[in-house]
Amino acid sequence: MNHLYNLIKKEVKELLTPASVLPIVVMALVFASLGNLTGTAISESQESSATLAVINLDPTAENDSYAAFAIEVMAAYNVTLVYNGTSASEIEDALQAMKDQGAAALLIFDENFTTSIKAGEKAAIQVYWNMKGTGLFDSLSSAPVYNTLNVISSAITMELIEGQGSIVDAANATAPLVTYSNTILGDKEMIGIDPMTVSGLLDSQNMMMPILIMIIIVMVGGIIISSMGMEKENKTLETLLTLPVNRTTIVAGKLIGSASVGLVFGLIYMVGMAYYMQGFNLASADYDLAQYGLSLDLLDWAILALMMFMAILCALGLCMILGAFAKNYKAAQSLTLPISFLAMVPMFIVMFTDFNTLPLFLQVLVFAIPFSHPMMGMNNLMFDNTLLVYGGMVYLTVFTLATIFITVRLYKSDILLTGFRFKKDGSAMSLMKGLRRSRKV
Amino acid sequence: MDALVVKNLYKNYGEIVALDGINFTVRDGEIFGLIGPNGAGKTTTLRIISTLLSISSGEIKVFGKDVATESNEVRKIISYLPEDAGAYKNLTGRAYLDFIASFFADGEARREMVRYGMEVADLGDRIDSKVETYSKGMMRRLLIARAIMAKPKFAILDEVTSGLDVVNAFEIREIIQKIAKSGVSILLSSHNMFEVEYLCDRVALIDHGKVVLEGTPAGLKQRYGANNIEEVFTKAVSP
Repeated sequence: MNHLYNLIKKEVKELLTPASVLPIVVMALVFASLGNLTGTAISESQESSATLAVINLDPTAENDSYAAFAIEVMAAYNVTLVYNGTSASEIEDALQAMKDQGAAALLIFDENFTTSIKAGEKAAIQVYWNMKGTGLFDSLSSAPVYNTLNVISSAITMELIEGQGSIVDAANATAPLVTYSNTILGDKEMIGIDPMTVSGLLDSQNMMMPILIMIIIVMVGGIIISSMGMEKENKTLETLLTLPVNRTTIVAGKLIGSASVGLVFGLIYMVGMAYYMQGFNLASADYDLAQYGLSLDLLDWAILALMMFMAILCALGLCMILGAFAKNYKAAQSLTLPISFLAMVPMFIVMFTDFNTLPLFLQVLVFAIPFSHPMMGMNNLMFDNTLLVYGGMVYLTVFTLATIFITVRLYKSDILLTGFRFKKDGSAMSLMKGLRRSRKV
Repeated sequence: MDALVVKNLYKNYGEIVALDGINFTVRDGEIFGLIGPNGAGKTTTLRIISTLLSISSGEIKVFGKDVATESNEVRKIISYLPEDAGAYKNLTGRAYLDFIASFFADGEARREMVRYGMEVADLGDRIDSKVETYSKGMMRRLLIARAIMAKPKFAILDEVTSGLDVVNAFEIREIIQKIAKSGVSILLSSHNMFEVEYLCDRVALIDHGKVVLEGTPAGLKQRYGANNIEEVFTKAVSP
């Protein structure tokens, strides 16, 4: 007869219902689909050449025309032209063709295009954008057009420079420097990569882990506090506490059962979030993190999983302490707020900054919040910040044990059933006073 | 041996005195009723006996086991059914009984316990329905079955028929009588004076945290020259 096993089984059965799992799976799928959508949009904006309509109003002879030269450059740059006209009367037709064939823009080369360039003045191109929507990703379709305009601009620059006769290679003249970047971060020396690229490469985990941990903490915290509220409302807690099983086993059953459910939910979210972040990470697909020593081995992953599990246990411990004061299900809901806040503070800090560059008081704050450690665990493991990793593990262990200890004391005390009592003068009995009254049960 | 001995029981919440030196005894095999107005201390007394709340001072023994120092031993021989209690809604009635039985027995003994619980609950096919679909009467039958299937020596029932219709309340009272006949000592609290008179061998009236009178229903009626316990109650608590 294994009481702990029975309690864990009951807890998992209560928490892992279709009603609780379905929203998680749906959210994970939504994240994954959103990631794919983002990836597709970014990839299209990066890889595809523009589809454009063009009207050249410049009357200069073709062999002497910079407008004609620009159109040749566009062809060499694989721009697809859905309309190629030479008269102002064709603008309506060109616009229609642009809309019908989904071109990104209509470019109209001004009639003084060549004359202006030769006079050392700026030459004009009028652009009619074909805006497809107001969404975030809709603006990505303008990128290929800007790329095309940049290519035209630099081709004309080079043509002008080489036309002076004194410069052999205009490409070198316009960009005379070449840089070979190596980045040193802590003890890591990364050859052939600059800090922007490193930062870009790490963006996914810098974003993903804190969000993931925050979601899991808030979700699991909500589940356990609500479950305690329900137990009190239905008085199943009173029944449970009068069964011949000690309170430590009841607390352990609740914690392990809920933490296991939290891990399952976390895994589902992790898969969804991984797909989501992949969408943003295409730009760094050419780089291999392992090449720069920025990858995790099996032990690192095990440490990370352990940190995550311990953070969940900390959250559950805190929630059980808070849940002890929830009189019913409704009251329990509002008690998740402090946990959400505690999870969000380190999430934002870790997402946008590095622990080592924080002012001391923020470092202390981040370290003191147990959820910070798995959030920054991946980076710390990659960059061999062993002191922070193992210090964090020790802190998580101490924090977990402390919350379990307090929870068990609460389960042995009257507070669990009676909540705070007020003295006649209106002041509340202190928690510690209540806990001191807990008995040997 | 007496089933329950409560001696000089005090319970304070800060400066609030909930129980003010309660004394009473429940004999082996009897049904003992606790009656009293709202807030008199009935539920607090039952919760302390059930090991849920601590004792400020005094002594409680259940079949010789001390509630304060041998609480785990006490929990092995008692069963407590709180007022308006519920069960885990995602479990079926059978799964709920099995979950509770798992704390008392293993293997065939556990299965036998569940079988007995199902017999007491008498819910037919609905024993395999989820608890969340049960009516209040069905829920109460299931919980009484849960409370007695482990064959406790001492059952503590708080407002056991509260909120039930006449038929369900009658059936529950029948079950309680059967349990008592099987040798289980019962301590129950109730606001229903008819129920107390019908079920209890002896009763104690609690008011302002003190036992103000104790005796058999017949004896109390005679003492107060009353026709029923309701009248006794009213006369006893009137200033």
